[in-house]
Amino acid sequence: MSEQEITKPSVFTVPGRLEKALRPVAGRHRKERIFRIICIAVSLSSMLLLAIILISIFYQGFATLNSTFLSNPPSPTPSEAGFYPAIFGSIWLLSLVAFFSLPLGVATAILLEEFKPRHKASKLFNSFIQANITNLAGVPSVVYGIVGLTAFVSMFQLFGNEGAPTFEWGAQYMDQFYNETDQILLVPVPDVEDPPTEPVSGMIAYRIDGKKVQVNIVGEDDVWPEDEVLAARSLRDYDMSGRISERTWYYVRLPFGRGVLAGALTLMLVILPVVIIASQESLRAVPNSLRDAALGLGATRWQVVQKVTLPAALPGIMTGAILAMSRAIGEAAPLLMIAGIVFISNAPSNIMDDFTVMPLQIYNWAQRPQEEFHAIAASGIIVLLFVLLCFNGVAVFIRQKLQKPLS
Amino acid sequence: MKYVTRTLWNLGMVLTLVAVLSYAGTAHGQAAALRGKVVVDGSSTVYPITEAAAAAFRDDYPNVNITVAISGTGGGFKRFSIGETDISDASRPIKGKEFTAAKENGIQFIELPVALDGLSVVINKENDWVDQLTVEQLMAIYLEDGTARSWKDLNPAWPDKPIKTYSPGTDSGTFDYFKEVVVPEGKSFRSDMSASEDDNVLVTGVAGDRYSIGYFGASYYFENKDKLKAVPIVNPDTGKAVMPEPENVIDGSYAPLSRPLFIYVNVKSLRRPEVRKFIEFYMAGAGEFATNVDYVATPDDLSVLAQKFLKQKLSGSTYVTKDMGKREGGLRDIYKQENLLDTK
Repeated sequence: MSEQEITKPSVFTVPGRLEKALRPVAGRHRKERIFRIICIAVSLSSMLLLAIILISIFYQGFATLNSTFLSNPPSPTPSEAGFYPAIFGSIWLLSLVAFFSLPLGVATAILLEEFKPRHKASKLFNSFIQANITNLAGVPSVVYGIVGLTAFVSMFQLFGNEGAPTFEWGAQYMDQFYNETDQILLVPVPDVEDPPTEPVSGMIAYRIDGKKVQVNIVGEDDVWPEDEVLAARSLRDYDMSGRISERTWYYVRLPFGRGVLAGALTLMLVILPVVIIASQESLRAVPNSLRDAALGLGATRWQVVQKVTLPAALPGIMTGAILAMSRAIGEAAPLLMIAGIVFISNAPSNIMDDFTVMPLQIYNWAQRPQEEFHAIAASGIIVLLFVLLCFNGVAVFIRQKLQKPLS
Repeated sequence: MKYVTRTLWNLGMVLTLVAVLSYAGTAHGQAAALRGKVVVDGSSTVYPITEAAAAAFRDDYPNVNITVAISGTGGGFKRFSIGETDISDASRPIKGKEFTAAKENGIQFIELPVALDGLSVVINKENDWVDQLTVEQLMAIYLEDGTARSWKDLNPAWPDKPIKTYSPGTDSGTFDYFKEVVVPEGKSFRSDMSASEDDNVLVTGVAGDRYSIGYFGASYYFENKDKLKAVPIVNPDTGKAVMPEPENVIDGSYAPLSRPLFIYVNVKSLRRPEVRKFIEFYMAGAGEFATNVDYVATPDDLSVLAQKFLKQKLSGSTYVTKDMGKREGGLRDIYKQENLLDTK
């Protein structure tokens, strides 16, 4: 086929053909005009689609977008339902994703672009990494969700069941008693493995105000004490305790379970290829003359990276990174595997805490039968779009601020 | 040395405790100070009821964290039977296989019906020929080797137009339930149904096509009465065609397409005051929570019975027979103390 094309006479080789092609007739100009109109129409139609989406979302969701919506937890009453846990879940998640994926991604890109190997074996290794990254960028994100489920949530079952973590730091266990007069008594538990505390006369417990008391046991058939102070430290001998844990902000456990950290690491897998490729592109865009000049002055490769190429490539890297982050904020599929659709009424308080994110909450509302929930789903989309817009705005701002002419 | 570390450890613990307690104590009254976590997972059909209970419970006990997830009835039982969750939402009773799994892991549970749901078979508003359908006719429409591919096949007077079928996705309990009623053992659904996990898609689909038919939970029908028509289904026992209205679901005349919805509570979790309080709260208000989200409340006698099961910790399932089969019949005939089979 290609042979034929090559041998096909071109306008330049056949006498008279060029003249014919360039003949100043109205047809050529008309064709150009038509082509331009088609281009304009196509680009306008995509704009129009975007406008229709935005207008319909705003039309549906603007009325219910108010401070209640931003500060309340979700609720079965549409007028009281809020987005607060999802907004903060997304913010926690994104901060962690940025914390993990940006250093890793940029470092990988620097290795691949700036420290080009000289030996055959390491060249092979580098091209192996490169091929992998390019392929991983095309993997559907839900696949990463399944990877995250086994690798981060349950950690290949290496540390036991995700419901009962093997290793924990920053958790304090207590057994909680709830007695007949609605008083709470707490007994510290030295070891999680200990059996549940049974009520024993004279046992030391703490009241909810932190006061240390001795437990008074009231038998099954005895009368409950009338004295309020005594009643507050009394338990029936058949009362049962339940174990609760107080978790500090630095609470860590293995396996990670369905917490923010597992979600963040999974999303990191999703956007890492994007960050790496964007960083590579912008490092490649730095003119070689700059590198050569620095190397010529006796700089080491690390100095070249640190002082010359990285600063020059930073605007591009930042843009790529923040675009990757805006992909992460809208990602629902992998998180559906990790967090699922859940009703959660609090923002996460540590990196192992349960969470939900904006896209999942929107999905949750959109599938309800009631029209009112579709409206607040639209309000959620407005908030999501607003946060996205902020991210992209930051990207543009950084690019404008850092961009310096390279010549 | 060991003694010193131990003392230090205890001292540190007490200090943290005091700090934590003094913080928590300042916030609310005594009941509000109840703390802890309740983990719920399971059916998306039951989810709105549990969510309503959890949200209302939060007003009284703001320090109890309740998470309600949607993994489907089967997915919920998978987590429940290894002790990962305290409560499992279920849009069908537990199956023998799931019962065995719970038994193997030493999980005891209490079975509590929380609401009734009537599956609605719906048609387009402009469909003026269908006035009722029998289960056999539904089979003809929905089975792979069914005889009805156009409306005319069901009744010669009906239009000669192909029937477009809509169905919820295979992961949903609604699909399972409809399959159980309409599809006999060894047969399968026709493969050209339009299936969607999102019931709103089904609503839009049926509302936009005059010759279509679909089915979903009654709550979607109640919300979309202006867009769709429900088909009265002939009760095989009485021969009367019945609409999926609440009163017909309660008195059991809307059979066989109505179903009870359950929650399963881990008995071990009931030790914990926060779980106990939540379940008591849930069962006391179940009727209200259910009707608020368009389900039908369980009849009073059954909800009293359920509260008794809870109070006396009568654990086990009333639906699983000794040979791990399923007991067939209406909720009122099955949900009895003598039918209980425990996992112990």
